[in-house]
Amino acid sequence: MGKPLLQLRDITKRFPGVVANDRVSLELYPGEVLALLGENGAGKSTLVSILYGLYRPDEGEILIEGSPVRIASPVDALRHGIGLVPQHPVLVGRHTVAENLALGSGAALFPSRRILPLIERIAGGYGLQVDPRAYVHQLSPGEKQRVEIVRALLRGAKVLILDEPTSVLTPQEAQALFRVMRELKAAGKSLIFISHKLDEVLSIADRCVVLRRGRVVGDLPIERASKTSLAELMVGRQVSFERRRQTPAPGPVVLRVEGLEARSERGLPTLRGVGFELRAGEVLGIAGIAGNGQSELVEVLAGLRRPQGGRVLLEGKSLPSDPARLFTLGVAHIPEDRIRMGSVPNMSVAENLALRSFEQPPIAHGFLLNPKALATQAQEQVRAYAIATPSVHTPARLLSGGNLQKVILARELATQARLILAVHPTYGLDIGATEQVHEALLHQTRLGAAVVLVSEDLEELLSLSDRIGVMHRGELLGPYAATEVSREQIGLLMTGGAA
Amino acid sequence: MEEVLNALARALSFGTPLLIACLGALLNERAGVVNLGVEGMMALGALAGFAVAYGEGGNGNLWLAVPAAMLAGGLAALLHGFVTITLQANQFVSGLALSMVGLGVAGLLGKRYEGLPLFDHPPEGPFILGAIGLALLLAFLFSATRLGLALRSVGENPAAADLLGLNVLALRYGAVVAGGALAGLAGAYLSLVYRPSWTDGMTAGLGWIAVALVIFVGWNPLRAIFGAVFFGLLYYLQFRLQGQSGIPSEVFASLPYLLVILVLALSGLRGQQGNAPEALGKPYRRGER
Repeated sequence: MGKPLLQLRDITKRFPGVVANDRVSLELYPGEVLALLGENGAGKSTLVSILYGLYRPDEGEILIEGSPVRIASPVDALRHGIGLVPQHPVLVGRHTVAENLALGSGAALFPSRRILPLIERIAGGYGLQVDPRAYVHQLSPGEKQRVEIVRALLRGAKVLILDEPTSVLTPQEAQALFRVMRELKAAGKSLIFISHKLDEVLSIADRCVVLRRGRVVGDLPIERASKTSLAELMVGRQVSFERRRQTPAPGPVVLRVEGLEARSERGLPTLRGVGFELRAGEVLGIAGIAGNGQSELVEVLAGLRRPQGGRVLLEGKSLPSDPARLFTLGVAHIPEDRIRMGSVPNMSVAENLALRSFEQPPIAHGFLLNPKALATQAQEQVRAYAIATPSVHTPARLLSGGNLQKVILARELATQARLILAVHPTYGLDIGATEQVHEALLHQTRLGAAVVLVSEDLEELLSLSDRIGVMHRGELLGPYAATEVSREQIGLLMTGGAA
Repeated sequence: MEEVLNALARALSFGTPLLIACLGALLNERAGVVNLGVEGMMALGALAGFAVAYGEGGNGNLWLAVPAAMLAGGLAALLHGFVTITLQANQFVSGLALSMVGLGVAGLLGKRYEGLPLFDHPPEGPFILGAIGLALLLAFLFSATRLGLALRSVGENPAAADLLGLNVLALRYGAVVAGGALAGLAGAYLSLVYRPSWTDGMTAGLGWIAVALVIFVGWNPLRAIFGAVFFGLLYYLQFRLQGQSGIPSEVFASLPYLLVILVLALSGLRGQQGNAPEALGKPYRRGER
C-alpha cells in the first residue's frame, strides 16, 4: 500500500457538553476507498468539517504525505488537495454549470467560457456526464453531485470526501456514481465515502472506519466486515435486518382511491388516474423519484389539495377537504418536511405536541389554555416515545431530527389512527431512531391502522411494506406484492423502464 | 413630429438621473444588498455637487463637483453597508432611515444655497451618453467578467461563494459603496445639469422610482435603459399636463409615489419578483454554512 496520503493523529474536538471527536486517528492511502461509518452524532460530520477547514481541531494533527498541515479554511483544504462533495450541493442555482465551476478560480474575462475545455477534459476523463451550459436549478440531484465532483477535481483534489452521496440518488444513479468512483480510484485518487447504507459500503469500499460517540470503534478491511458486524459496531448492540412478516389477515378496506386526477399550480397534470385499495393493518409503500406525484397524492389524501377528478373514500365515505376534520376521522399525517410542515420550530415541545389537541379539554379550558394539562400531557408523551429533550418547554428547533420526528409521531398517533400518511418518515435519521420510528408505525398496523408510506429509501419500503406502488409521471404503477419485486425492478420502474 | 421628438428628448433628459440611480441600486442588489436610501443619497449628492460647483459666490470647480457628489453618496452608502453588512441589521429599515437622514441633512446644510443660480453648468449630452454607457458596462461586467460572476454569486448564494474563498463582505461593501456613488451622481445631474440650482426636496421622489425600477427591469442593466426612458416619458407628460389642466398641483406632487406603485404592480403582473437575487436582503453570517 505504500505511504499514507492523509493521516489523522489523535484528533479531538469538543463542543460545549460533548466531545464530538475523541482522539480519532486514521490513515488514507492513495487509490483507496475508505468508508466512514457511524450513526448521526457519532462525529462523522465534525471530522469532515475539520478535514475541510470549517472547524479547527482542539488537539491532534493532520498530515498530508507525511508532513503536518494546518487547514484553516475550505480554500486551504483545496490547496492541500482535499475536496468535498457535500450532501446538499453548495451551488448557485441560477448560474450555469460552467459559471459555478469558474467561480473563484476562472479567468478575469469570460471566465465561464474559457473554462469549458477544462471541464470537458476532466468530466470526459472520468466518465462524468455534465452539460456545462445547463442551469444548475434545472439539474437532478445526481447531476448536481457530478458538478460538485468535477469542481473538486478542477481544483486538483487528490482526496475526495463524499458525504452521504447516495442518499439522493436512484439505485441506477448510485451505480453510475460507483462506476465514477472506481474510475477515480483507478486514477490514483483517494476517496472517503460516508454512508448509512451498509450494502453500498460493502460493495464499493476497500476499508472501513466505524465511529461511535466520537471514537473510532473499528478499522477493518472490507473482506473482514459483514452487514451485521458493521451495524453492531455502529449502534453498539445487536441489530436485526429481518424482513417484516406479511400481514396475517388483511382487514376491511380502509381507503379506496379511484381515478384520482390532479394538476399542479402551473396547470400540469401531477396525478393521472391513480387508484388503489388499502386494508386495515396493511402498509402500502410508494416509491418514486421526487416530483413524480407522490407529494401531490399525499396532499390530496391529507386534505391539503383539491383533486380535479376521481374519488377518495375513507371507510366508504368521501373525504372532507379539511385536515383538522380528517384528523378527527382518524387520518394521521407525518409530513415530508418535519421542520416546516410538521412542527413550529420556535414553539415548545409541549406546544408542538398539543397542536392537534389544544382545542379540546383538558388542554382547552373555555377560551383559555390550561398550561398544567399541556405540560402533563407532554411529559407523558415524552416518556412514552423516549423523546430526548431537556424539558417539555424547550423550543422544538433545538431537538435533533430523530427526536423532532418522535414529537410528530407522538402527536399524530395520540388518538387511534385509521389511516397513517407517512412521508419520508426516517429521512436523515440514524439506525437507532429509524428503528424506533418503524416500530411505532408497525405497532399501529397491529392495532388496525392502514399506512401509506412514501419513501425514497428502497430498503425501508421493502422491509416495511406489504405492497409497493411506484409513482412515475403522475401514474401509479402496481402496487406489487413486496415479496415479488426486487430493488432493481423498482428502480427501473422509477425511471420509467419496464419491470 | 417635432412634438414627438421634443417629448423623446425630454424623456431622455428626465430619464438620465433615473437610469443612473437605478443602475446603482441594481449593482448593490445584484450583490444581495437592498438600499432603500437612494432618495437620501441623491439629495446628498445633489447638494455636495452644487456646493462644490458654486464654491464661494459662484466660482467653484465644476470638474470637482461630480466626484464630490459621488463621494457624498458613497459615504452615505458606506454607513448603510456598515449597519447591514457588518452589524447585520435589517436592510430595509436601515435604508429607510438613510433616506430620511439624507433628505434631512441635505435640507439643513443646503439652506445657504437655496435659490442661488449656477451660471456655468455642464451640458447634459455627456451625462445621457455616460448613463447609457454605464448600463452597457454593467451588463458586460455581470455577464463576462470574473468580478461580475463573483458579485452575482454573492447575491445568489453567499455561502457557496464564501466556501470557494471569495470575500463576501468585501464584495458586498464594494457594491454598496459603488451603488451609493452612482446615486450621488444622479443627484449631481439634477443640481448641476437638469435644474442648475439647489432646492430642498429637489429629488422629488426620483430615488424611490429608481428603486422600484430595479424590480421593473428584472435586475437587468440593459432593460434599465428602456425602463428609464419609459418613466422619463411619464414624468414629462406629468409636467406637460400640470400646466394645462385644472387639476390641483397636489395631485401632481403625489404622482411620483403613485408611479412607484404602478411600477411595482406592472412588475407583479410580469412575475418580475422571481428574478430577484436569491439572497437579496439577507445578511450573510458565516456560521450558517
